[in-house]
Amino acid sequence: MDTINIKIDNKNFQVPKGATILDAAKSVGINIPTLCYLNLHDLNTINKPAGCRICVVEVKGRKNLVPACATECVAGMEILNQTVRVLNSRKTVLELILSDHPTDCLICTKNGHCDLQSMAMNLGIREIHYKGEQSHYIKDTSPAIIRDMDKCIVCRRCVTMCNDVQTVGALSAINRGFMSVVAPAFEMNLEDSPCTYCGQCVAVCPTAALTEVDHTNKVIRELANPKKTVVVQTAPAVRAALGEEFGYEPGTLVTGKMAAALRDLGFDYVFDTDFAADLTIMEESAELLDRITRHLNGDETVKLPMLTSCCPGWVNFFEQHFPEMKDIPSTARSPQQMFGSIAKTYFADKLGIKREDMVVVSIMPCLAKKYESQREEFATNGNPDVDYSLTTRELARLIKQANIDFDSIEPQDFDHPMGESSGAGVIFGTTGGVIEAAVRTAYEVFTKEKLHKVEFQQLRGMDWIRETTIDFNGTPIRIGIAHGLGNARKLLEEIRDGKSHYHAIEIMACPGGCIGGGGQPFHHGDTNILLARQKALYAADKAKVIRKSHENPAIQKLYREFLGSPMSKKAHELLHTQYFDKSNQVEITKD
Amino acid sequence: MIPMKISETSVAKIEEICREFDNDKGELINVLHKAQNAFGYLPEEVQKVVAQNLNTSLAQVYGVVSFYSFFTMVPKGRYPINICMGTACYVRGAERVLNEFKGLLKIKVGETTKDDKFSLSSLRCVGACGLAPVVLVGEKVYGRVTLDNVQEILDEYKETVPV
Ligand code: SF4
Ligand code: SF4
Ligand code: SF4
Ligand code: FES
Ligand code: FES
Repeated sequence: MDTINIKIDNKNFQVPKGATILDAAKSVGINIPTLCYLNLHDLNTINKPAGCRICVVEVKGRKNLVPACATECVAGMEILNQTVRVLNSRKTVLELILSDHPTDCLICTKNGHCDLQSMAMNLGIREIHYKGEQSHYIKDTSPAIIRDMDKCIVCRRCVTMCNDVQTVGALSAINRGFMSVVAPAFEMNLEDSPCTYCGQCVAVCPTAALTEVDHTNKVIRELANPKKTVVVQTAPAVRAALGEEFGYEPGTLVTGKMAAALRDLGFDYVFDTDFAADLTIMEESAELLDRITRHLNGDETVKLPMLTSCCPGWVNFFEQHFPEMKDIPSTARSPQQMFGSIAKTYFADKLGIKREDMVVVSIMPCLAKKYESQREEFATNGNPDVDYSLTTRELARLIKQANIDFDSIEPQDFDHPMGESSGAGVIFGTTGGVIEAAVRTAYEVFTKEKLHKVEFQQLRGMDWIRETTIDFNGTPIRIGIAHGLGNARKLLEEIRDGKSHYHAIEIMACPGGCIGGGGQPFHHGDTNILLARQKALYAADKAKVIRKSHENPAIQKLYREFLGSPMSKKAHELLHTQYFDKSNQVEITKD
Repeated sequence: MIPMKISETSVAKIEEICREFDNDKGELINVLHKAQNAFGYLPEEVQKVVAQNLNTSLAQVYGVVSFYSFFTMVPKGRYPINICMGTACYVRGAERVLNEFKGLLKIKVGETTKDDKFSLSSLRCVGACGLAPVVLVGEKVYGRVTLDNVQEILDEYKETVPV
């Protein structure tokens, strides 16, 4: 690596050539504050509008201060990061931002997690010297996300996520000057825009301008209702991230503590979405094998590759943007919805209660699942299969509100039968995990032979698009993986143009998969956190005795007692779904 | 969802404009300029078709339309009023003249009166600084406009026959 010599605050440093002042400083352990800048290193994503000017530094020989995040170092540069001029300028910039920002931090959802708040704390702001009119916008509440643009500082991080990473294009910076803000076209509501509710904008928003719809109070009310049996399920990725909210190192698995805390909160049955993930694999792999077998037998009507369908953000994406391809994804519902559907039939029957008397709550890393649970097709007589879908962050809030000491709580197990799961179920939470789980089962069913090595390293990792061929005893099965909707788009375009050579493709909307979901504890731009969560899930898999979905005894029993076989009529009714054209096309009229 | 409709000819026109710029989204501003010249304004459906042709999102197109004051989403009035806000006009009271127009017409800059008669916009220097402050109604130029002139100018456009 080429290096150059520079000075920061009169000390000599050797830094990589071509680095920005910000990166150079960081590489030698000097911190420069940033606000609009966001660099998701492991995901090749960068937001660098040089808009906020919090990161200004002095460069000897230059009249004006320069933004460190957008200025490249040159050899011999002398940078000053501590002068009164620099510090005052940063304060002024921040005070100007704050002069058009509400100061209701005490009662704000982001209290304690807001980058603007911590910046004000770090820079020691005690007074805002600039008083002026404040801009006001209507609050926009969608099924999953609330937009409170009074709190927007126009850093454009969300715009970068929505347009560059996700290629959804629901949001854009609009207007200019005092009225500038981020919004969908024509300032329509998010619900009317092509938003997929992936929540990646929420995940990177530094303030409370974008937050999830909070259902914690509704859940508290249900828990207090003695007439209701309240059942909870926890998604795979939650256990690898929840601990962060309580000060644990990223990547700490808190599965047992989480189950214990949920029981303390008053949930009657503490179950695991991993169980439903195993169920998803049973259906999805059966469907894949059915398509492959028909294809090998020369059936030309078969749709290949088959795309996974367990990510509702992704489902929204193809319904909105690629409706012509809606018959390619698997019809298997997501684990969240399979769980709800089985809980309110099979399990409610076992308990001898009516579905109306059961409340199903899910804890998800995800905002799209809030929307998914409200889809009409996932309800019977108006009673939804999943009543409330909370995020990992909302669960942390519930635990804190209930004064549960997460640190000292003793780990407990999930309840039976819907708390039993295989290692295949737990890796659902990371990119590559669903297809690895599917391969473990599909291989054995297809070849009728035992799989000796259940780990497929070639399916793992964090590269945006990965591909590999797995030998099903003489039949090569070609597999693709994409995470982030922009990468999904690339694979979809290949299919549309007839260039795709895969049999199966796994897609997850969020960078990293659910470990990086829009409902997870905020990573504040540190992608090492995602890597740590990913590692934790693979460790959880390894620690399991049963590693394959079809070997989960609770699943085997469910098929024996209730469903019959994968893809049976009953399975279709309860575990599969259909997709709709939700694109908003202009109607072209004759003159 | 906002239901949108557009005629075949309009779509063809937009496609032609976009093709002139090689359907390059980097040329969005120029495409929108031409489209506004062709349609007089940029309604939602025109923006949607532009977005489709340039392979960009509707939100991004709207972002540009809402950023530049010379783009408008409402049809201009039959008598578009343009007030020069260039330096010379500004120092000679163009803003007060503009406010007078706003007050009398009860509309803001970028809007059109309910009867579609007048619309109001501002311009950069129109090159008639000697006449500052300058007001244009359609093609007609009014120089050294005073506050009292504003009502007189509007009165010139009394329509006797309903249009
Ligand atoms: S949730 Fe996803 S699709 Fe919707 S606005 Fe945010 S980033 Fe865009
Ligand atoms: S909504 Fe949040 S992320 Fe988007 S520009 Fe505003 S402050 Fe930044
Ligand atoms: S990747 Fe996971 S968290 Fe993200 S939208 Fe899909 S299901 Fe939700
Ligand atoms: S962080 Fe550098 S300009 Fe905002
Ligand atoms: S400034 Fe108005 S004409 Fe030049």
